[in-house]
Amino acid sequence: MWRALLTNAETSQSVDMNTAVQTTNMPAEWRDFFTLTKPRVMTLVVFTAICGLLAAPGSIHPVLGFTAILAIAMGAGGSAVINQWWEAEIDAGMKRTENRPLPSGRMRPVDARDFGLFLSGVSVFIMGVAIGWLAAAMLLAAIIYYAVIYTMWLKPRTPQNIVIGGGSGAFPPLIGWIAVTGEITAMPVLLFAIIFMWTPPHFWALALFMKSDYAKVGIPMMPVVAGERSTRRQILAYTVLLAPVAIAPWLIGGTSWLYGSVSVVLSVLFFALALPVGTRTRAKEDAMAQEKLLFKFSIIYLFVLFAALVADRVLAAQGLIGPGLFSGGIA
Amino acid sequence: MTPEEEAEFKRRQKSRNLVVGGTLLFFAVLFYAITLVRMGD
Repeated sequence: MWRALLTNAETSQSVDMNTAVQTTNMPAEWRDFFTLTKPRVMTLVVFTAICGLLAAPGSIHPVLGFTAILAIAMGAGGSAVINQWWEAEIDAGMKRTENRPLPSGRMRPVDARDFGLFLSGVSVFIMGVAIGWLAAAMLLAAIIYYAVIYTMWLKPRTPQNIVIGGGSGAFPPLIGWIAVTGEITAMPVLLFAIIFMWTPPHFWALALFMKSDYAKVGIPMMPVVAGERSTRRQILAYTVLLAPVAIAPWLIGGTSWLYGSVSVVLSVLFFALALPVGTRTRAKEDAMAQEKLLFKFSIIYLFVLFAALVADRVLAAQGLIGPGLFSGGIA
Repeated sequence: MTPEEEAEFKRRQKSRNLVVGGTLLFFAVLFYAITLVRMGD
């Protein structure tokens, strides 16, 4: 498999440099290196990592907490760079991505590859020496999961790529939690599961109303491969599956009524918005208002849910709100 | 390389050097702080 993967990368690079894209002889701008790290995606990574860090029992020195978040952000950035190095040829074929530093020829592929590998390696090293090697191992797993398992292996092969890819976005709160506690318990695994189950309805709602040219470059996205009806049904299915996972931190006694009530209300709202999306058929001239609303709400859902978790755990640690549903929970 | 291209080459090189230098300085300070915190544990 590895030989096939490497051959693919070399082929795509030679196509890039010799035929498809005229690569610059100038040194790339530092801003292009920064752009390669996908800073917008990183804001969600940093937010959920901070939530995991703050919600974890115990405390961490602010300098170490900052270092842990920095290492997670660097790891996410490094894997995003490797992702774009690998997909340069695919990106060149899509309107949304054709102006990225690699497909536009502003940077040499080998520079991007080295930068991605360096950033990823340094992030794991810093996490290991400053925080702990369990958190570092999880960060390495997240990088490999996104850059190799998702990007190189599964994304071009299965329409379930978004479901599997959701796993890479689910690592940050888990790593943030482990940075404080040094162990994996039920609560950080649930935080992982929440983002994992949330990603398909979030992304597919977007895929329904955003015209994409994934089909043109041979990436099997769900609405293209399985059709719109099947995608809608799966949005509803994942929304139903997400609800018990989102409420579970309260049910296992990991949080108090505060998070419990917020998670129940958010789950009901998510389902109420996903139901029409999951059951309706697109009209001839459709504004896709329900799909757009569901997509916007899914972002608010995640931010509010994680903010409620942090508020709940911080207030409970100060003794300002009561214990979880069951005292002596397993979290 | 034309004089304009050479000037642009040098400008890019200089701005990259500044960013790399700043990043290295930041990490030197960060590792100093981490060491102090770790020694205090």
